[in-house]
Amino acid sequence: MKLTLEVWRQKNSEDKGKFETYTLDNANEHMSFLEMLDVLNEKLTKEGKDPVAFSHDCREGICGSCGCVINGRPHGPDEEVATCQLHMRKFEDGQKITIEPWRAKGFPVLKDLVVDRSAFDRIMHAGGFITVSTGSAVDANLMPIPKAIADEAFSAANCIGCGACVAACKNASAMLFVAAKVSHLALLPQGQAEKTERVKKMVKAMDQEGFGNCTNTGACEAECPKSISIRHIARMNREYLSASIASE
Amino acid sequence: MGWLKETFTSSIGRKLIMSITGLFLIGFLLTHLSGNLLLFIQDQGVAFNEYSKFMSTSPIIRVLEVVLVAGFLFHIVDGIMLSIKNKKSRPVGYKKRSGSESSFFSKFMPQTGLFIFIYLIIHINSFTIKHRVVEPGNLDFYGTVSDAFRYGWGGFYWAFYVLAMVLLAFHLNHGFQSAFQSLGLNHKKYSPIIKTLGSLYSIVVPAAFAAIPVYFRFFYTA
Ligand code: HEM
Ligand code: FES
Repeated sequence: MKLTLEVWRQKNSEDKGKFETYTLDNANEHMSFLEMLDVLNEKLTKEGKDPVAFSHDCREGICGSCGCVINGRPHGPDEEVATCQLHMRKFEDGQKITIEPWRAKGFPVLKDLVVDRSAFDRIMHAGGFITVSTGSAVDANLMPIPKAIADEAFSAANCIGCGACVAACKNASAMLFVAAKVSHLALLPQGQAEKTERVKKMVKAMDQEGFGNCTNTGACEAECPKSISIRHIARMNREYLSASIASE
Repeated sequence: MGWLKETFTSSIGRKLIMSITGLFLIGFLLTHLSGNLLLFIQDQGVAFNEYSKFMSTSPIIRVLEVVLVAGFLFHIVDGIMLSIKNKKSRPVGYKKRSGSESSFFSKFMPQTGLFIFIYLIIHINSFTIKHRVVEPGNLDFYGTVSDAFRYGWGGFYWAFYVLAMVLLAFHLNHGFQSAFQSLGLNHKKYSPIIKTLGSLYSIVVPAAFAAIPVYFRFFYTA
């Protein structure tokens, strides 16, 4: 496979950055997208150039570390996959591929395709957890949860925090991420005790990080590698409005 | 009272204002349309003139007008503030953007909204101001309306109205269902009904408004 790669290169967060174009002759359709970048980096290293920095860890779609905008789509042209699960067979021989980092005020670029997503960590620290010590795992079904509710909570818990929702949103809004976390815990019995405080604190933290507002456009759910629905955003809106207006 | 400020300056609180005022304006459009449909009665404007006399003299309508203006102002100012924040949230844009499957009309809410705002100013100037300030003695408001659409702007005033109603339809096509989502009302059973109702409303109501200038321009015989 022969490819023309147009890659965003930026030395550090102060650098202005620019696109560089590279050609790659020895890619093949069995490679994953990140393996293709590895091959590019080998080539760049041999030429004495700085390899392209990108984030990754598990390379199997569970850690949420990877992610870039590939030909205009977060995580590229496949459905329900993270960048690491994207395969080169989704591209054609001779194709030009444009690779850009997530673009958002809340996600400053650190180097090349690597962005600083600690804003998500700070939002989680604000309330995305259960304070009490839960001890060791209890027997399954000791605490009955209706199947439909368990499924709905699980569909939110699928979020890997990759940030593709922010990257896809025309307003760089983090609502889908925060909603997944709020919704997940609000649905389950363990999350009830801190439910009103949690949603208020997490939304406040989200607003402080410089993300935009939701306009219910739905680009986030279309690009989410875990297909998290904007139903969860409605649930967060409900939780937030009842926590701040209805509760005492 | 700190909670009030915190709630209504938060992103979700701002959207609450957007959605409540948007739904209020949707209700207003229905009442406004029902009055305007009197223009279609073939009585040379007797019923419509009676109605507009009531509208310009009733103290109840005066009070409701203040509420209406406030509704518009909150919607517009809040919409502008949200749009500015959204623009600032992505200081560096993408070089390449390929459309994800997000709803088309939702992408132009600030633009369609702004056009409606310009339309509103022109609309109020041609009718409300003219009726109450420029020609307060003129009891034939029906004549004012029919003249405007038949001869206004060198015969193109009607076309501006039709364009404005098309853009209003775009705004409402997304806005109607979006308002429910902002309120947290997303439901497996009811959301599809709300979406269908919203699409119907966004076509039928602007189309009925647009029928008025089209009628006077092309089908009216004095
Ligand atoms: C008859 C006039 C109007 C009606 C019935 C109307 C209705 C609506 C509705 C129902 C929404 C959705 C609220 C939500 O998403 O929660 C909305 C959103 C919005 N409107 Fe209007 N609107 C009108 C005029 C205007 C005007 C004059 C402007 C601006 C100058 C404007 C700007 C906006 C903006 C920026 C949004 C936010 C878009 C979003 O968050 O998706 N609208 N409108
Ligand atoms: S590297 Fe872990 S999700 Fe892609």
